[in-house]
Amino acid sequence: MTALVPLIVCLPLLGAAVTLMLGLRRRLQVLVSVASLTAATVMSAALLVLVDRTGPAVVQVGGWQAPWGIVLVVDRLSAIMLLISALMLLGVLLFAVGQGIVDGDTETPVSIFHPTYLVLAAGLFNAFVAGDLFSMYVGFEMLLSASYVLLTLGGTGARIQVGITYIVVSLVSSLLFLSAIALIYGATGTVTLALIAERIPDLPADIQLILGLLLLIAFGVKAAVFPMSFWLPDSYPTAPAPVTAVFAGLLTKVGVYAILRTQTLFFPDNQFSMPLMIVAALTLLVGILGALAQADIKRLLSFTLVSHIGYMLFGIAIGTPLAIAATVFYVVHHITVQTTLFLVAGLIDRVGGTTSLSRLGGLLKSSPLVAILFFLGALNLGGIPPFSGFLGKIALFQAGTIVGDPIIYVLIGVGALTSLLTLYAFARVWSMAFWRPKQQVKDYTSSMSASLVEDPQDVGLVLKKTISPLMVGATTSMLVFTLCLTVFAGPIFDLTTRAAGNISSPSTYIDAVFPNGTGAIEYSNEGTNFEGGAR
Amino acid sequence: MSASLTLVILMAVMYAAGVYVMLERSLTRVLIGLLLVGNATNLLIFIMSGRPGSSPIVTGTSVEDMVDPIPQVLMLTAIVINFGITALLLALIYRSWWLAQLGDEGDTLTDEHATESAGEADVTFLSSSDDDDAIAQSLDEFERGDGATSDEDSTTHTGTHSKHSAGRGASASAEGDAR
Repeated sequence: MTALVPLIVCLPLLGAAVTLMLGLRRRLQVLVSVASLTAATVMSAALLVLVDRTGPAVVQVGGWQAPWGIVLVVDRLSAIMLLISALMLLGVLLFAVGQGIVDGDTETPVSIFHPTYLVLAAGLFNAFVAGDLFSMYVGFEMLLSASYVLLTLGGTGARIQVGITYIVVSLVSSLLFLSAIALIYGATGTVTLALIAERIPDLPADIQLILGLLLLIAFGVKAAVFPMSFWLPDSYPTAPAPVTAVFAGLLTKVGVYAILRTQTLFFPDNQFSMPLMIVAALTLLVGILGALAQADIKRLLSFTLVSHIGYMLFGIAIGTPLAIAATVFYVVHHITVQTTLFLVAGLIDRVGGTTSLSRLGGLLKSSPLVAILFFLGALNLGGIPPFSGFLGKIALFQAGTIVGDPIIYVLIGVGALTSLLTLYAFARVWSMAFWRPKQQVKDYTSSMSASLVEDPQDVGLVLKKTISPLMVGATTSMLVFTLCLTVFAGPIFDLTTRAAGNISSPSTYIDAVFPNGTGAIEYSNEGTNFEGGAR
Repeated sequence: MSASLTLVILMAVMYAAGVYVMLERSLTRVLIGLLLVGNATNLLIFIMSGRPGSSPIVTGTSVEDMVDPIPQVLMLTAIVINFGITALLLALIYRSWWLAQLGDEGDTLTDEHATESAGEADVTFLSSSDDDDAIAQSLDEFERGDGATSDEDSTTHTGTHSKHSAGRGASASAEGDAR
């Protein structure tokens, strides 16, 4: 069964190769990519069940033992992330297929879309199963390179402009990550996560501080944490709707996953609690205040995305097992809801012809289904009971009150305020785009006129179909999935509690990778010469 | 930890220069800055391998004399990744320069083959060999010294054989030769 661990990375890569070869045969391409992502979903579900029953699945790649070879580890946290991201990738892929068919494939060269999308999936999976820092870096680079291509799909001026900003920012964070890896190797003589976790406590406190902060900054840029978040609302909204959805749902969460993994494993004493709390509060506030000022639905959603990263950081900062469980639950909730909302924004773009709030109106009457999808998603993200957003926040706040520091109470206040402001931002969208009658919109132009096209066969005009059943179907089923998170919140929270139990005590992880203990492993770079850490 | 001071100074200078150049407005300078910082990071990894030694190949050298191979593996991977992304960035910078040259027109400019189906694209590919034949034929006719008629002949030939830009180019050059 452990063969599933490398397979889940290899299968999408293989799919990418096949779709690249299929080039012009679009239907086959779609078939291959849907099949490989479906298989990945099934495999990750199987892995989750397996790992939940029998403990972490460990694979030593090529038979090389852990500190020398590459090790892949799937514990409950990794398995949860794998399953949820595979599901999201599949849903968004179906949406993209639906959109491609409606577009007549003229806007984007779809022959590139499928291979790149599958490479992105493989990179994501690789980052989640990586058992050493360097293969995590490789996974990051895979998904980032794919994201560079997806973001600049079509090569229009606007996309190139934001694409270059995005690439430069991501590259700088990758280089920081790489420097952190180099320094960690210098200090501990290994890149295997489990062995670093064993050796980091022996290092002097100031060196631990530098290593921890470097990792936090590198992952913070990827997760769009407050002072490093300004690139996100500029770059995401210009991409095609499905691309934005998958970036928003998954790319920032890889950063959150990396922070969660490294903080719990390397720094179980939670030394970075205070700076994380401050950064979390600022991320929450600055993000949501930005969202209030936006006049475009996609940009508004990007700002709420930045803002809600703060909740996850808050959970990591508290650091108790209950808080970690709440964080993992919140990550799952946020991935699904944010992806769904971006897909709904894509639908609004289609039925309304724009996502600008000043030009939208009367959508409740003209497309009630899109209105319902948006309404439920917005209430869920805003944290209205009984939705999963509410449950996640309540769990976080509860975990906070148990610890009960004054700053935690401040953060709970900020969190509640952010939740209210999120609701306010969405209420604004609702009342302007959906509730407001068309007559009240200044210079209203019907989206019908934009969708009139010349009939290629016949002389005259025909109405172009704007949304396909597949797009609506994919979005609806993803919304139903988010509602399932509410209905089955109990069992899911139990699962995340078990996952948190795993990661709150690093010894489980270390024992899984090194069943025979780490005592006999020598430092490979014998130049290392810190007090306490020297051999 | 023993490391070469020269390498450390070189790394520091490269980091500093790279960050400085990266802050410029021009995209090519940003790219150069990224390259410098990337290579400075590679040097950092190399420095972390500790004291120098003989190459880590098992050919009788004692393990104590060998240099630590892991940082070299990490560097190699990092270099390859950097190389790929640099290529992509260069393409994007070229594209953005191209769009800036064209102004607003650049956004609306479409690929001239965009409307062709797969079958038509194949015909285009196949007809390029016809073009060569057409050029050769028109050159032959020109050598026979039949100037006035060959001019008409060559244009009609290439016109019937192909519709795409290479065909147009061929016919233009054939005409040029004829005159």
